Amino acid sequence: MAYRWKNNLTQADVTPKAAYLNRRQILAGTAGLGAIGLAPRMADAQAGLEPNTLEEIRSYNNFYEFGTGKADPAANAHRLVTSPWSIKVDGMVDRPGDYALGDLLAGLTVEDRIYRFRCVEAWSMVIPWNGIELADILNKVGVQSGARYVAFETVVQPENMIGVQRRVLDFPYVEGLRIDEAMHPLTIMATGIYGEPIANQNGAPIRLVVPWKYGFKSIKSIVRITLTDQEPPISWNVANPREYGFYSNVNPNVDHPRWSQATERRVGGGLFAARQDTLMFNGYPEVAPLYEGMDLSVFI
Amino acid sequence: MTVSATINGALRKVPAWPLYIMAAAYTAWEFWRALTQQGPYLVEPINVLERTYGEIALILLVAGLLVTPLRQWTGVNLIKFRRAIGLCAFFFVVAHFLVFAVLDVQSLGRVWTETVKRPYVTVGMLAFVLLIPLAVTSNNLSIRKMGAGAWRQLHKLSYVAVILGALHYLWLSRGFQIEPLVYLALSIGLVALRYKHVVWRKQAA
Repeated sequence: MAYRWKNNLTQADVTPKAAYLNRRQILAGTAGLGAIGLAPRMADAQAGLEPNTLEEIRSYNNFYEFGTGKADPAANAHRLVTSPWSIKVDGMVDRPGDYALGDLLAGLTVEDRIYRFRCVEAWSMVIPWNGIELADILNKVGVQSGARYVAFETVVQPENMIGVQRRVLDFPYVEGLRIDEAMHPLTIMATGIYGEPIANQNGAPIRLVVPWKYGFKSIKSIVRITLTDQEPPISWNVANPREYGFYSNVNPNVDHPRWSQATERRVGGGLFAARQDTLMFNGYPEVAPLYEGMDLSVFI
Repeated sequence: MTVSATINGALRKVPAWPLYIMAAAYTAWEFWRALTQQGPYLVEPINVLERTYGEIALILLVAGLLVTPLRQWTGVNLIKFRRAIGLCAFFFVVAHFLVFAVLDVQSLGRVWTETVKRPYVTVGMLAFVLLIPLAVTSNNLSIRKMGAGAWRQLHKLSYVAVILGALHYLWLSRGFQIEPLVYLALSIGLVALRYKHVVWRKQAA
């Protein structure tokens, strides 16, 4: 069921292509505070979200399969083969199988979602995604009643991914969500940005986007989705359990053991960009009920 | 005439002072590129500039430790450049610190909290502090006043500073990364070499 979450943006706010290729002046309203339903006015400028440019979004990435430098994915990801692409759906589903990407998404609605994106390294962007609610995909394959978690896996193409041999992490990269997180209307599988097919370094041809969690949870270039009743391992937690938890919700009150999470820097602001306060759940308070009764300083 | 003697002969005519100019020019050049967001500075110039200055400082600190073993192994003598190498390293450490304080964390209060709360910052700051007396005494007058023995003792602090600097880099990296490990191995190795040498000399005597 698409359209369960709305940007408080209207069609008038969609950036013309000519404009987004350069730095834009278009203002976007504060996404995530619920559907206020008003087109943003000039007065909203300070509180507003101005999406980063496509060039910025494609030039500053973490995708360790292509190297650990921020510019490495942009330089190396062109070697990723994304066509044909199929996704193995298995575990506790009614209709498991190897789905061609087009078949898996056929008939589902692609929406525009302008989301904040907060990296665990304390930088952030605003990204206008095009994607499909994960819930729609999961409902299509039929989630069985005992399934409590969804596990995801990134493709491994050792000959095309120069970072894989360096074993920075134990590849393939894996991630996971609790089923209620996966079914939340904010959670999408993105196939585009600014209406363009998603670039390889951004996780082509399809990636997860969970805007209230640190960026590494939003796993890229997915080839496998598994429904399970066990909490699945996630790569960064395996690499360093003290620093990266299964939940990894954006939380300004719980610091990373090595650095503060209280503030962040919106990238693209130049050499004198000011830091800004990080928002609880990255500014998506509607997800708070998912964690009711949980101590978020324990369940990191 | 050996190769090293030829090199040493050629180097005799090369003054050390251009190194200072090169360091200053490089600093200004990278700052300009960050300011105008060129090349690697396009999206997040602050973090990239911080890393650029930090890494060149580490490279120069390791280079300073290489001067003596290079002479022992190959006969090539770069000793007249070592002061400039060390001072330029310190200069880049200062630049690195300034980017961190002014552009990155953006307040002196936060510089302090980061220093006491974050071990990788603590370690980096300690390396910086250890280098200050070395930079201040990197001149002929100080050597004369202190005496060569005491001066040399003091400047052994550079061994600690280099290792702390490499540790600082390793500690802020995410995942298993090779580069910081290479710097750490190099700096520990080069320091260990000196003490092995001392032990070996004592045994010989």
